[in-house]
Amino acid sequence: MVTVVHPNLEDTDAKMSARDVSVFYGDKKAIDDVSIDIPTKYVTAFIGPSGCGKSTFLRTLNRMNDTIPSARVEGEITLDGEDIYRSRMDVVQLRARVGMVFQKPNPFPKSIYDNVAYGPKIHGLVSNKTETDEVVEKSLRRAGLWTEVKDRLDDSGTALSGGQQQRLCIARAIAVDPEVILMDEPCSALDPIATAKIEELIDELNGRYAIVIVTHSMQQAARVSQRTAFFHLGKMVEYGRTSDIFTNPLEKRTQDYITGRYG
Amino acid sequence: MSDRLAPTRTAEFEARLKKRYAAERRFKMAGLGAILFSVGVLAFLLVTMGFNGIGGFQRAEMDVPIDFTQAGLSGDPALLAQPDAAQTLEAQGLPSIVDFYAEQQLGSEGAAQISASAWRLVADGIIADPTILRETVTFSLPASPKLAAGLNGEGAPEMRALAKTLSDEGKLETKLDLGFLERADATDPQQVGIWGALKGSMLTMIVTLLMAFPIGVMAALYLEEYAPKNRWTDLIEVSINNLAAVPSIIFGLLGLAVFLWIFPNMRSAPLIGGMTLALMTMPVIVISGRNAIKAVPPSIRDGALAVGASPVQVVFHHVLPLALPGILTGTIIGMARALGETAPLLMIGMRAFVATPPQDFTSPATVLPVQIFLWSDEIDRGFVERTSAAIIVLLIFLLLMNGLAIYLRNRFEKKW
Repeated sequence: MVTVVHPNLEDTDAKMSARDVSVFYGDKKAIDDVSIDIPTKYVTAFIGPSGCGKSTFLRTLNRMNDTIPSARVEGEITLDGEDIYRSRMDVVQLRARVGMVFQKPNPFPKSIYDNVAYGPKIHGLVSNKTETDEVVEKSLRRAGLWTEVKDRLDDSGTALSGGQQQRLCIARAIAVDPEVILMDEPCSALDPIATAKIEELIDELNGRYAIVIVTHSMQQAARVSQRTAFFHLGKMVEYGRTSDIFTNPLEKRTQDYITGRYG
Repeated sequence: MSDRLAPTRTAEFEARLKKRYAAERRFKMAGLGAILFSVGVLAFLLVTMGFNGIGGFQRAEMDVPIDFTQAGLSGDPALLAQPDAAQTLEAQGLPSIVDFYAEQQLGSEGAAQISASAWRLVADGIIADPTILRETVTFSLPASPKLAAGLNGEGAPEMRALAKTLSDEGKLETKLDLGFLERADATDPQQVGIWGALKGSMLTMIVTLLMAFPIGVMAALYLEEYAPKNRWTDLIEVSINNLAAVPSIIFGLLGLAVFLWIFPNMRSAPLIGGMTLALMTMPVIVISGRNAIKAVPPSIRDGALAVGASPVQVVFHHVLPLALPGILTGTIIGMARALGETAPLLMIGMRAFVATPPQDFTSPATVLPVQIFLWSDEIDRGFVERTSAAIIVLLIFLLLMNGLAIYLRNRFEKKW
């Protein structure tokens, strides 16, 4: 079964592309032959039922699967045409260019300031206090958190509410000025109001960074993304414009999923 | 309709319920009993130690006024500044001067029971302040062990009588002996002190900590963060766990066979003792360190990796600071065990009679538990109380170490 790609999809500027990517955990094949182009200027959503491999595939895009000893990746994934698995691109550099936000907010048990300043500091992107202050403020502003925390930058990041913690993690990711931001179900641990804020934020970041978001919520995918890929049982079933996927799915499985028949 | 009761409202059910509560009460009582028993034993130990130990911080002393103006000692400050000033004073007849004034004050029988080396106390006084040679000064000189026993109502009848006479005249008294905390081992229980063993213990612990902590933490970090999971690392893990259970005397034999073979003239040195105890402490640190590192949530690691931290940065910026409280707790447990250890140190010669506190890491020394063991072996009655006093010192040392551990743990503890 090959992926159905909608014919009216005319993306020419792919930030990242995957070609025939398969991921194995030991002998088990978690991702089967996925090929996709991630556009530079849009938000791409991965949807699908639990265990369909969308998070696994997302983690291959910045090689976070490297931390799992049994995981093995086949195929080719490129960032601006460079193969991230086989080229001389360093994994540290790759992760600085492809940032990630996780399902559960995971701020470091340090101050809000240090959380944001950590990435720029370890990469040597800032050389003095003034520059660091600027980066911290800029990142927190972009993450829509600045007005809430500007008077308590020395408080622990873990003392914030769940939604604020997640926006802090987004600020931490954009502080190193990545080209791509991967979001792994960023709202699944948040209440509806915090979720709405994150979605607004994704809208604002759209265009500045290539964003890939994994989500369980089809409404969320419909709201924030312009491209949607539907995963099922390790395969990418259908890929196209979000509006097309939700109004005019070509595959029966996609239709069943978005109409709530399973998943 | 039927008058059948619901199964949870029958008499049988209520009987079963009563039984369940009774079982819970029995269990509670058993737990309470266990706690009371432990507290009782601990209280008994502390009270016994306390009562015996108080005597250990005291000794029987006799006041002897000495009129130095009549003694004819030369008070030449240059001579008294020499390291062998005590010998000079001895050559000038200080011992017989002390005897003379003691006889005047206490009578010949009493003077005979002044500790034989009492003149050294007087010599120390003169060396510390030569101007006393121009006046009459009263010294509190330690009584002989026999007279001290007599004062406690023990020992030979004539000594008890003499002690009674002298103390009735106000010439023999039990006084607080802070010198116990400044002196080292001696053959005379009236002259012993704990400082030698305490300093030996401190030096040994420093060596143990400096060796076991870095090696143990690095080993734990490597095994947890870098080592591949295969048969070899499993073998190493099992070996380390077993090492923690090896009887301590085996480590002593190892120290004897290896360390004393490499450094043959460092028998009894805190350096060798510390290295031997470090072998024993290291597995404890490795095991507790690995558990602490394992307990660091993976999400923190993921977060750091995702902003592009290298594995070393993840370890030193995130994992180690979060694991440190746990590592410190394990370290202190290991150190406390090492502090109380006797057997391995006996093997490397730290049971020697050492009458001067150790100067450095390579000079002969003994440690607190070994000193307690040695004193408990002495025949002289005076050592019983000294032993208890030494145990009190050891317990206070342990308490301070644990206090430090709790302080450090609370300081480094972070929430996530």
